[in-house]
Amino acid sequence: MSFIEVRDLKYTYNLGENDAHEALKGLSMNIEEGEFVALLGHNGCGKSTLAKIFNGMYTPLSGSVKVDGLDTSIEKNQIEVRRKVGLVQQNPDNQLVAGIVEEDVAFGPENLGIPPLEIRERVDEALKAVNMYEYREHAPFKLSGGQKQRVAIAGVIAMRTKCIVLDEPTAMLDPRGREEVMETIKKLNREHGITIILITHYMDEAVQSGRVIVMDDGKVLTEGAPREVFSNVELLKRHKLDVPQATELAYKLKNAGIDLKGVPMNTLECIDLIEQYINS
Amino acid sequence: MISDITLGQYFPGKSVIHRFDPRLKLILTVFFIVLVFCAGNFVNMALVYATVICGMVMSKVPMKIYFKSLKPIFFIVAFTGILNLFYGTGEPLWQWGFITITLNGILNSIIIALRIIALILISSILTFTTSPTQLTDAIERILKPLTYIKVPVHEFAMMMTIALRFVPTLLEETDKIMSAQKARGADMESGGFTQRVKALIPVLIPLFVSAFRRAYDLATAMESRCYNGGNGRTKMKILKIQRNDIIMITFCVVFLAGFIAIAFFVPPIIR
Repeated sequence: MSFIEVRDLKYTYNLGENDAHEALKGLSMNIEEGEFVALLGHNGCGKSTLAKIFNGMYTPLSGSVKVDGLDTSIEKNQIEVRRKVGLVQQNPDNQLVAGIVEEDVAFGPENLGIPPLEIRERVDEALKAVNMYEYREHAPFKLSGGQKQRVAIAGVIAMRTKCIVLDEPTAMLDPRGREEVMETIKKLNREHGITIILITHYMDEAVQSGRVIVMDDGKVLTEGAPREVFSNVELLKRHKLDVPQATELAYKLKNAGIDLKGVPMNTLECIDLIEQYINS
Repeated sequence: MISDITLGQYFPGKSVIHRFDPRLKLILTVFFIVLVFCAGNFVNMALVYATVICGMVMSKVPMKIYFKSLKPIFFIVAFTGILNLFYGTGEPLWQWGFITITLNGILNSIIIALRIIALILISSILTFTTSPTQLTDAIERILKPLTYIKVPVHEFAMMMTIALRFVPTLLEETDKIMSAQKARGADMESGGFTQRVKALIPVLIPLFVSAFRRAYDLATAMESRCYNGGNGRTKMKILKIQRNDIIMITFCVVFLAGFIAIAFFVPPIIR
């Protein structure tokens, strides 16, 4: 059994009204415990809807979603599901509840009714895990975007969630903030074994994941290891999706008759391959 | 920048007053405010002032800031003082037509002016030394018994926490929107009163729209962090009455006894 099992999922906004919009049109996927999955796709392809379905905020119209064996559409499972799957949203300003960093991180555990001393422990632990411990008494509005987003992540892991769904967490950040958040996510996945589902528009971030799932028009278009998925440049192009810059360059070189040995995923690999080509 | 406004004017510090239990501070503030109204003669008033000044010094907040907090109410003090001047009883000292001023009237107005000033100083000590978060927390804990008669204490406290959290965010946003509108040629600094109020509409509408969007995001964030109202919720911070707090309570009891004794022997000037 997979950690998250999605079977033939359909979801429609404003069902039965004139402006009904079918966001997910029969989608299936499995996510294993401890995996780092990147979810790609256009705006409006249903990624964000799916994020809210993973933690039971929305329940499927048809089909089923099971988190660690719990059916999310059953009302009494919902708290338990949210305890297992945390959500980090795009705008760092809008998801912090309290006026002090450590109190915000404590918000989740407080809701779960955990004894005060244990909350303290969890909060310190979570803040150290995202490298924000020295800021514990600061006011969130004085922090940078990347720092706020790390506090939001700390707020989720303080609940000891097994999985974090991040809905474009870096979209509103500067390059430095993006790097901070990516480092934090990778560290949590590697050292704490937390399952990561990263929704992103940045292909350079997707490359760092263990598996890429590409969505288009409410369905899964393709999935696999980053190298596998991005090698199929033509398919992605046909659906007007991007590939990492290095991959794109190699693709264009190939079309121009310069065939590199392999598909580069990042700048360094690309440099190596070009060097090899020139030397041979 | 408008976002420089400090809300509740909290001055972070580590003085004795800062470290008191916020619940105790809140209750003591109310206690002293009541006593200020009970102080009907100068001896009692002097006693209150001695304590208030002690508190001001112990809070280690610069005196200048306390005087600043008095500035806006200067007019009210003067107005009520002057008004009370004419309501005295007894032998007139000075008379002009129907206006009479008596010794009693003068003393009355002095006492009343002193009362208002003391009120402001006492509440300033509270707000200067207690962060808004501590304050809401204290209010929630003190009012907890009211939940038994179905008063949504937790919900009110949560609303206050969120409101306080979003004040700087929304101020910053207002700043941004104002700049954006100015960049499109909006004129906010000239014209009469009505014109300026009208100029605010293009600022307020986007601000409201974005506030609703934020509210939606925040609700999602709170729900996904298992927020389910106040039921079964615990708190990370435990408030414990400490040695300092007990000393303070003892002091207040002694103070109250002295206050009553003085009130017993010294006749009140008003009522």
